[in-house]
Amino acid sequence: MRALLQGLALLCVVLASPVHAVEPALAQRIAAGDNDEKVAVLAKIVAAADPKDIPFLKALAEGTVTVDGKPVEVTVNNRLRKEIDGAIAALKLVDPDHDTRLAAAKELSNGAEPSVLPAVRKALAVEKDAEIQGLLASIAASLGIRAGDKAERLAAIKTLGSSNSPTSRALLTELKDEPDLEIRAAAQRALKEVEGRLAWAERAGLLFAGISLGSILLLAALGLAITYGLMGVINMAHGELIMIGAYTTYLVQNLFRAHFPGAFDAYLLFAVPSAFLASMLVGMALERCVVRFLYGRPLETLLATWGISLMLIQTVRTIFGAQNVQVENPSWMSGGLEILSGVVLPYSRIVIIAFAVAVLAGIGLLLAKTRLGLFVRGVTQNRAMASCVGVPTARVDLWAFGLGSGLAGLAGCALSQIGNVGPDLGQSYIVDSFLVVVLGGVGQLAGTVLAALGLGIMNKLLETWAGAVIAKIVVLVFIILFIQKRPQGLFAMKGRSVES
Amino acid sequence: MTRYFTPRGWTMLIACAVVVFAVFPVLNLVVPETSAFHLSAFWVTLFGKIMCYAIVAVAMDLIWGYAGILSLGHGLFFALGGYAFGMYLMRQIGADGQYRMNMPDFMVFLDWKTFPWHWTGSEHFWWAVFLVLVVPGLLAFVFGYFAFRSRVKGVYFSIITQALTFAAMLLFFRNNTGFGGNNGFTDFKRILDIPITTPETRMALFAITGAALIGTLLLGRFIVTSKFGRVLSAIRDAETRVMFCGYDTVHYKLFVWTLSAVLCAIAGALYVPQVGIINPSEMSPANSIEIAIWVAVGGRGTLAGPILGAFLVNGGKSVFTQYFPEFWLYLLGLVFILVTLFLPAGVAGLLDKWKRKSP
Amino acid sequence: MLRRKFLTTLVSVALAASAALGTAYAQTGGTVKVGVLHSLSGTMAISETVLKDVALMAIEEINAKGGVLGKKLEADVVDPASNWPLFAEKARQLISQDKVVVTFGCWTSVSRKSVLPVFEELNGLLFYPVQYEGEELSKNVFYTGAAPNQQAIPAVEYLMSKDGGGAKRWVLLGTDYVYPRTTNKILRAFLKSKGVAEADIMEEYTPFGHSDYQTIIAKIKKFSSEGKKTAVVSTINGDSNVPFYKELGNQGLKATDVPVVAFSVGEEELRGVDTKPLVGHLAAWNYFMSIKGPENDSFKAKWAAYAKAKKLPGADKPLTNDPMEATYIGVYMWKQAVEKAKSFDTDKVIAAMAGQTFKAPSGITSKMDEKNHHLHKAVFIGEIKADGQFNVVWKTPGPVKAQPWSPFIAGNDKKKDEPEGKTVIAAPAAPKK
Repeated sequence: MRALLQGLALLCVVLASPVHAVEPALAQRIAAGDNDEKVAVLAKIVAAADPKDIPFLKALAEGTVTVDGKPVEVTVNNRLRKEIDGAIAALKLVDPDHDTRLAAAKELSNGAEPSVLPAVRKALAVEKDAEIQGLLASIAASLGIRAGDKAERLAAIKTLGSSNSPTSRALLTELKDEPDLEIRAAAQRALKEVEGRLAWAERAGLLFAGISLGSILLLAALGLAITYGLMGVINMAHGELIMIGAYTTYLVQNLFRAHFPGAFDAYLLFAVPSAFLASMLVGMALERCVVRFLYGRPLETLLATWGISLMLIQTVRTIFGAQNVQVENPSWMSGGLEILSGVVLPYSRIVIIAFAVAVLAGIGLLLAKTRLGLFVRGVTQNRAMASCVGVPTARVDLWAFGLGSGLAGLAGCALSQIGNVGPDLGQSYIVDSFLVVVLGGVGQLAGTVLAALGLGIMNKLLETWAGAVIAKIVVLVFIILFIQKRPQGLFAMKGRSVES
Repeated sequence: MTRYFTPRGWTMLIACAVVVFAVFPVLNLVVPETSAFHLSAFWVTLFGKIMCYAIVAVAMDLIWGYAGILSLGHGLFFALGGYAFGMYLMRQIGADGQYRMNMPDFMVFLDWKTFPWHWTGSEHFWWAVFLVLVVPGLLAFVFGYFAFRSRVKGVYFSIITQALTFAAMLLFFRNNTGFGGNNGFTDFKRILDIPITTPETRMALFAITGAALIGTLLLGRFIVTSKFGRVLSAIRDAETRVMFCGYDTVHYKLFVWTLSAVLCAIAGALYVPQVGIINPSEMSPANSIEIAIWVAVGGRGTLAGPILGAFLVNGGKSVFTQYFPEFWLYLLGLVFILVTLFLPAGVAGLLDKWKRKSP
Repeated sequence: MLRRKFLTTLVSVALAASAALGTAYAQTGGTVKVGVLHSLSGTMAISETVLKDVALMAIEEINAKGGVLGKKLEADVVDPASNWPLFAEKARQLISQDKVVVTFGCWTSVSRKSVLPVFEELNGLLFYPVQYEGEELSKNVFYTGAAPNQQAIPAVEYLMSKDGGGAKRWVLLGTDYVYPRTTNKILRAFLKSKGVAEADIMEEYTPFGHSDYQTIIAKIKKFSSEGKKTAVVSTINGDSNVPFYKELGNQGLKATDVPVVAFSVGEEELRGVDTKPLVGHLAAWNYFMSIKGPENDSFKAKWAAYAKAKKLPGADKPLTNDPMEATYIGVYMWKQAVEKAKSFDTDKVIAAMAGQTFKAPSGITSKMDEKNHHLHKAVFIGEIKADGQFNVVWKTPGPVKAQPWSPFIAGNDKKKDEPEGKTVIAAPAAPKK
């Protein structure tokens, strides 16, 4: 018991002691002063360069300051938060741990406040590691570009010219009205170098955006390519099957949050099969109850499934409410990969592209190698003949519809990671999905893939050039014109029948 | 001379005409408001609106029920007709808008000093009528010409009509297109310099709509009973065979397609002054699908069926949204499923079956 | 034969129904009907459903305290289904068939524009609870949401200030429809008057329901790297906000570098987003759920209890937001005005509305302007917190009077700050303040 108490007391001391590193007078000024006052105090703390102040600063960032042992609430806005973050990073620059210093230097290189310059210079003087040194030099340069003597400024411009950060570009651009001609010319040369590199990064980012949009379209359309392309069912409820997949993901996430908070990051691994199963079961139920009575009457499946979609939307609205629900990215999917400073490829999108490829490979294998795939292809090509040679067409229809619906569920799971999850989720994808399938050519997975990627990239290219609204219109008009040229889509089914 | 209707059909038609031209006007205008038999403006506009929808349904049936072409873009032609006439109505507001300027509010707001080119002449009633007929007709003609010539058919045709109306919707949403963006046209004051909200104007619009509906029905009947109509049905059932018999199916399809678009446009032009708003959401793909649903519910391939369908679905929508606001989507969805599953010939088919059973 | 019989039955049923509805006077039996006109299905249901609920809650509260002028209020809820012509039809039905004495409803501008002629023709009374673009005044409408000068302009002024980061370059980003276009037009004129150059403003629009913000965020990044401190003003509409903010978070655009201030994003919209990467991005409203004060505490408690009692979806995490507060204020102000006018008559209530005050949940005593039918409201700027709530970092010293006719739009200086055609009724013992 006593040992415990002692331990507690010790803990209190350990926890409390760093707070006392900041003089009570300064803490008082931070608690009571206006924002200018607070910034001034922060500069003092940075100048003291004592890493023991970090906990105090962290508490401040959360909105509390301890004055005389009592917590006082402080409103922290963006300006203060930036100063505090800068101060924490500056203090970390003298941390004994190499990785901490590196992280702090990286953070500061994304644009630091001038108040940290002395701390950076101080750290630069003692830094041994080459990588951190480089970063620090560029920070010092960007902070010193306006001040200092001419040689110092020229050196700073040179350092900036070799960096890839958009911050350097911003700094160099500001020098375009510089009175000193030599500096101005140097700045312009450096700017050109930076811009050249950044332009490439932008192009790569654009291509990635196009592929990402294409992968999303592909996921949304794949299930439709099966149900419509292979079976001739115009499933207007396809969008709602996507929505069911997304809501299943939401439910699995809640389950994990409530019961396995430790394994929260793994929820997606369970959500994927659950979403597939949920949508597949709903799809199979629909097939049994409605769709199977309508085979061979494609335009009537359109009406019946439209009715189904209305009912599914209202059901979800009644159960979950009309508002969007929150689906959180697992931590390994938040943030992004920085290929070049300024161009970030979000992990969520990278994962979705990989997921789309995997799903595509899976479905390709399933159709090409399994017995079910064989049956599905047989029924697609000639239903009557397949039936004659003993293919159980009714059961094949059921499984194929289930498969298509399950794929919609997978799409919903993926979409929940980047978009909103609400009752209208499906409605916004149904038109695009149909366009992809029709453009690609009915019954052709390769066509669907090509159409999805093509539309995605085209849309993104046009968007940078003409804005999102015009881009969408141009893409739609393009599809209309293209269908005139190839009435059967990109990959027409080969056959001798005069009737399509 | 072909008989267009059976005697019973004629009686029905005349009964409807009596309701539209006599019963409604008398109940609305003559019967005093305090009487239990007074028909309020609400019912007049509601029935007027549904009659406009019924015209669209008949137009849709002409191409879907008789020529087998499912358009998922008929909302576009309806909206274009509405916009063409709406431009005239906007000009009729004159200086009574929010800004008290002799220009539609949204143009004043956009700082436009002169009318854009496509508004030229929109202050003239006859030019508006001309636009209502020609713009959608021309668009349908050009679109249909290329599509039918390339032999785009079936679901492909449906999907590209959907793409067309979707593209047009996005275009009209833009403020700079010059049609008021998302807010569209509202707050109409006058038509032919007569105030639009008087009971008489409203009743006149109602009667004109009724006349247009009856006219559409007669025209449809004339077409489907003619030789032309037979060829159309033949195209629906076996297009290749019709081609092998030496008919140029493109011309047949193109004619009925364009006619259908123009009828929709007329309906749109009558719709706008009665409901008092036109906005790009009329072009949304969902609206066009709904048109197909009226026809399917009523019964494809009959002309009275789609009218019935338009009344049932829209009437149902108006009633359900009042009494069961939370549940009306269930009911609507259920109706669509049940009708397609159990009533492939629609309600008209059901009535037909009853009629045959009853002596 | 049967067909004719069917038709006659149909007509007679319709006539009987019309007669029945027409004679069912609302004011009989000690109750009076109140219309609630919010979309419960379709695209706008996401935002409007809660407004219906909060209106019903306020009506229930009033009834529990004895109603208005001794009469119980009976809510008449209809669903215009996000369909604009249906809005007009339902409005006509509420006023002329159901004889409601007042209607609370609409969210989008187009729905308001759709019902406006109906309310003016039939002399109805509409309370509109959402922030909007202004440029409109009608004697039959009371606007309890913010006009642009009560939301957009203070927000931009804040971002220009030292505390807001001293933004010099601006991205005006919105969904392509009237509210964003108008707001951005006003903001552009305002920014120019503050000396911001044309080249330092970027305007960008996306279609309705846009869900892919990759290129737009790349554009914002590029724009912000081309010069001084940049801020983004977002008027992105409802559903598109979630993909926008998710992309913003994942692409690492931090609020400390490029702050985004939004006018259509509140607690309810953030429900669908993981807000941890968004900390520090801003919103400008006249109410935040996180505002501290006894009025707000009681409002939140009442709402939580109501949501739980009615088993509303999301009752486990009840949220309040600005349009809900505006709806609530509207219902109570209408009640006060009726009691002052001692009548449910539209013209008398309109006259009695002038100068009504109500201690709003935001803690501010909101006043209905004597003339222009808009509320005087305080403006709050909030920064997004990790828990989806807002941290109020700035507010106006007091309530701001609405300017429905923005002075930053040419020609508006000549406009009268009062709707035309108001009937002058001597209010009973009008107390002049």
